[in-house]
Parts: sequence; C-alpha cells; structure tokens
Amino acid sequence: MTLFFKFDFNAICQIVLEQILNDNNIKYKSVGFGEIEVLEKLSKEKQDQLQNALANYQIDIVENQKSILVQKIKDTIIDMVFNEDVVVNVKSSVYLAETLEHSYGYLSNLFSEVTYTSIENFIILQKIEFAKQLIIKQEFSLTEIAFRLNYSSVAHLSTQFKNTTGITPSAFQRIIAKRRALNQQNKTD
Amino acid sequence: MQEDYINITLADDDEDDRLFFTDAFDDIKITTRVKTFNDGVYLMDYLNSDDALLPNVLFLDLNMPRKSGLECLKEIKQNPKFKDIAIAIYSTSASEEDIENTFIQGANIYIKKPSDFKTLKKVLAEVVTINWQYHTNSMNKDNFLLRF
Repeated sequence: MTLFFKFDFNAICQIVLEQILNDNNIKYKSVGFGEIEVLEKLSKEKQDQLQNALANYQIDIVENQKSILVQKIKDTIIDMVFNEDVVVNVKSSVYLAETLEHSYGYLSNLFSEVTYTSIENFIILQKIEFAKQLIIKQEFSLTEIAFRLNYSSVAHLSTQFKNTTGITPSAFQRIIAKRRALNQQNKTD
Repeated sequence: MQEDYINITLADDDEDDRLFFTDAFDDIKITTRVKTFNDGVYLMDYLNSDDALLPNVLFLDLNMPRKSGLECLKEIKQNPKFKDIAIAIYSTSASEEDIENTFIQGANIYIKKPSDFKTLKKVLAEVVTINWQYHTNSMNKDNFLLRF
C-alpha cells in the first residue's frame, strides 16, 4: 500500500522551531515568517547550543541582513504562488515592493546578487514546481491548473513548462508515473 | 552554514569532452569544484570509497567502456547514500528512448552534448543555477526534471 502525504511546510517548521526553543529554555515571541524575537540576551554558549540543536533539522540562523531580506522575498513569492488564500491583484513586482517596503529595483538587484537568478525566474520556477505537484496528484486538469496559477491559457502554461524544464507537462506526468511504478517494482522484487 | 560552492563530477571516457567540460565552468558566477573520471568503474570506485566527497551534481556519459552511464545510474539510485546527488546524463545521443528511459531510471537532467563551446557554457551555467535553487531552497528533487 502506498500513502500520499500533503505537508504544510511553514506549520511543520514553526512547530519544530518552537519545540527546540522550549527545549533550550529560551524565552521568545514568534513574529511569523521564520522570524523569532528572543526576549532575553543569549550567551555565546547558549547561542552555539541552539545553533547545534537546529542543525539537526538543517535549520540555519540567518545572520546577514541581505540574506534575511532575500529570504523574505523568497517566502513572499512562495506564499504568493502556493497559498490559495493570498490573492494578488497587482503585478508581482508591485506586490513585493509594497509587502517588503523597498523599491522593486533594490529588491531585484539584491536578489540577483545573492541567489544567482532573477526574481522573475524564481517566480516562474516556483509556479512550475507547483504545477508539477498538481500534475502528479492527477486531481486537476491542465486547464484547472493553468487557471489556479493565473496563466491566461493552457497553451501559455504548457509553453512556460516546456521552456523551463525542456519537457512537456504530459511527458513529465508519464515519466513520473513510470518512475514510481519502477520503484514500486524494485521494492517488491 | 551553507557552503557557497557546488561540487561537480563528470564521468566520460573522451578526453576532449572532459577538457571542454572543465573549461566551461571557469566563467560561471557560482563557484564550482569539478572532478572528472575516465569511466564508470573509476567513478563508482571513488563514490563507494569511505572518504569520497559526494558531488551535488553528477554528469554521466552514457557510452563508456567497462561500465556505462546507465549502469552507474542504476547503482547510484539503489544506494540511499547517494540520494542527494542530482544526476545529469551527458550524452551524444538524443534518442527519445534514451532520454525517457534515463529519466525513468531516476536521472534529473538530460543534456545532449552541444557541438559548440559557447552553447556548452550556456547550458552548464543554466544547469548549475537551477540546481543551486533546488539545493538552497530545499525543493523536492523527485520532481526535478530538466532537458537540454
């Protein structure tokens, strides 16, 4: 029997983070979006101890201001693409600038400098990732997926999918299905 | 802390191809460390050794003497130790059968070897940049398919 799971990564990370902070007896206030306000002064030892505990979950404390802002840009984009409750009626450049209270030019330059890709490409990559997840679930038609991801048509989604991955959505679906069947077979052999 | 370079490994029996490949990374903004092997046996011996530095992206030529790229791919996919390695097939073949078969066997990337150096640089830069996004954003590698 194979079970499929759906995760809320933000919720999981928040729970893990709070648990570790509690385990380390650190007083804190959650500000949301991977931001924690520590209500006491942390000694160097305590900070190292916390960092080590977090490292087991591959969670890093972000130190540099630029990295923090880039992480906020990424979180905002991921939320914009993946979260159905976030309805964006303006262009994503305007939305990012308003949400993060910096000019888009500044955000865009900073992002490219740190991540080696542009905000535009990152948004496309995340949209295609989301499309992949929906395609694999097979719950929705391509028309529905295109609508959900704000593409003007299926053709537009298919073209962007092909340009980004080099393969068509239907080839993607076929390959993943065959790969899963093969893994299943290897397990039972 | 996150490392700020990418480890790249190539197994290819053609000396020229190995040389072009290594040179192509010189101009890429993301810092890379490139290691090459002359065939699949040398590669697998290294990867299976205890002190091996596992690559972030492994490029496999399909046609190699002694052990082919496909055989390496199958061995790698059967060993959980290698689960974090993104695998790129790097071949002169552009047959749809080879492409689909290697993807099904678990390859993430398929590159038909470009005939000119400029295109090679462009393609490799793109592969490294996209892999970097998967790497730094903990994205699901199971869904990572890319074809050039």
